[in-house]
Amino acid sequence: MARVDLKNIKKSYGAVQAVKQADVTFEEGSFTTLLGPSGCGKTTLLRMISGLETPTSGDILVGGKRVNDVPIHKRNLGLVFQNYALFPHRTIGENIAFGLKYRGVSKSDTATKVTEALDIVRLPGVEDRYPTQLSGGQQQRIALARAIVIEPDVLLLDEPLSALDANLREDMRVELKAIQHRIGVTSIFVTHDQSEALAMSDKIIVMSAGRVEQVGAPEEVYNNPASEFVASFLGASNILEAKVISKDAKNIVLDAPHFGKIPVPLAQAQRMGDAPSGKLVIRAEKLRLADKPGDTNTVSANGVVEAVDYQGQIARYFVRVGDIQLQALNMIESRPFAIGAEVSVVLKTADCALLPAGA
Amino acid sequence: MAESKEFDPRPWYLLAPSMLAIIALVVIPMSFILVYSFYENIDLAIDRVAFQFGNWQELLTDSYYHTAIWKTLRLSIIVTVLAAVLGYIPAYFIAMTKYRHKWLLLLLLILPFWVSFIIRTLSWIHIMGNQGAINGILMWLGLTDTPVSMMFNEFAVIVGFIHVFLPYMILNIYVSLEGIDENLEPAARTLGATPWQAFREVTLPLSLPGLAAGSLLVFVLTGGSYVTPLILGGPGDFLFGNLIYDAVVVELNWPMGATLSFTLLVLLGLVVALYSRLMGMNQLSKAFG
Repeated sequence: MARVDLKNIKKSYGAVQAVKQADVTFEEGSFTTLLGPSGCGKTTLLRMISGLETPTSGDILVGGKRVNDVPIHKRNLGLVFQNYALFPHRTIGENIAFGLKYRGVSKSDTATKVTEALDIVRLPGVEDRYPTQLSGGQQQRIALARAIVIEPDVLLLDEPLSALDANLREDMRVELKAIQHRIGVTSIFVTHDQSEALAMSDKIIVMSAGRVEQVGAPEEVYNNPASEFVASFLGASNILEAKVISKDAKNIVLDAPHFGKIPVPLAQAQRMGDAPSGKLVIRAEKLRLADKPGDTNTVSANGVVEAVDYQGQIARYFVRVGDIQLQALNMIESRPFAIGAEVSVVLKTADCALLPAGA
Repeated sequence: MAESKEFDPRPWYLLAPSMLAIIALVVIPMSFILVYSFYENIDLAIDRVAFQFGNWQELLTDSYYHTAIWKTLRLSIIVTVLAAVLGYIPAYFIAMTKYRHKWLLLLLLILPFWVSFIIRTLSWIHIMGNQGAINGILMWLGLTDTPVSMMFNEFAVIVGFIHVFLPYMILNIYVSLEGIDENLEPAARTLGATPWQAFREVTLPLSLPGLAAGSLLVFVLTGGSYVTPLILGGPGDFLFGNLIYDAVVVELNWPMGATLSFTLLVLLGLVVALYSRLMGMNQLSKAFG
């Protein structure tokens, strides 16, 4: 187990800058997710930590020691690939034991460790089968067992759940997190799936176009996004452009089209500074549709339901308010609003986040 | 599930054209050759229709033919092993390179097929002959006063064979390497294997099917050749194929030629059958793992 520090890491392929700048820390024993759309540099970052790629500049520290020049096979890292990358010509037992033979583990200890690893991933007794005889989910468990059996300093997971089907993916993420918690290994998880990131991480590093956009705990990144990119990448958000009218000790008062005056508590506007205008980020589930305007603590506008995406317990509404369309994700109380229904769109100002216009 | 047990003729409709072609172009002609091997040769190009085992008796008793079989086996093994070693390196390079125009490298490999095989074989005379390029350079550098003899011996024959058959080996190995998941070597590396260990434990065993297919092809092609030793070899560098050539073209003894042809077919067929049986049963790739 070890912490990992990336200091001023840059990576270019010819003229293409895959990672423009990264300064991040992965705390010892923590589960950190690199989250971003494809091409944002998250996988490149992971491959640089593993040694499969070399940074153009900057330092990689594992347990405080610079590892830039340490070859891959001496880094003692466990890497789990999206496509499992099990050795098809070896049995499951041989696959898991692969890393042990380079560590001078005796034959009897190897057998014990392989059995233990299979117990951890809850697939006991499959030692003598070949990878193709297992399902995708089982193969990914074996890949995980192969990576953790060497007791790596850091466990690197490169979109390990993306190849699995939806139900299995959710089961596996709960299990993966539980295994990580049990063995306590520092884990770095790469994904483009925001719900995976939110569900599993101690810390999320949101990346976009080769840069780190925001670093924080899941709740923090979700509730207090640092930029419009983060707000729209994690969950569905509505963005209202608004002008600042006044500012006092408690609130910044905005003037937003159709909603009128919106007082935003300063706690939700820490990133605003003295900007003259800003973007109000409202999560779809924080925007409530009602038959009539709410009480005095709320702000509302009149709108018309344009589309309904019915999901049983909840419904996603697309509501036309003047020249903008807003999304609202609401629990269905008695029956959902129909298309064409005239509604009041209500937001609580304590649930919004305010960003300066440029972010 | 009862229906599946009934005879379904549809696969046979699809197979029929190729099976008819094989029967018409291979099985029937080879039967003629087998029949011809029982005829008796009386004089140059004069045969008597007969059913006698004189030709077969000669083949089994004359050590000249046994020497030729031994020589053919030995040379085929040498050429196959050298081609496997020499072919693996470029195949690995082409499969692993990140060069964008990989097709160009593959084209270069196929390009020699556009030139006649005889011309490509003859070209070695201009390279390794007494007045050839290599001797020219050696003498110009003053390393030797008299030309070094490299032609018309077994060495030249081996060089000629490898030159002509190497692309078959490379292509077979390449296809095998290309099919290996590119994450396997990195996976082995992160688990503690050096680049060489990762190659030996993962890539090499997984490429064995291609290596085996290429080797079988080169072995059979070499075993059945007669032109290369004719052009590049000395008087003693004959293969079994040359005996067939001599019997049919020089001695005009077609019954003996037929006997020898059928023998070569059976011997090479035996190699293919044994080889594929071995491959199928053990899965060579696992045996080496």
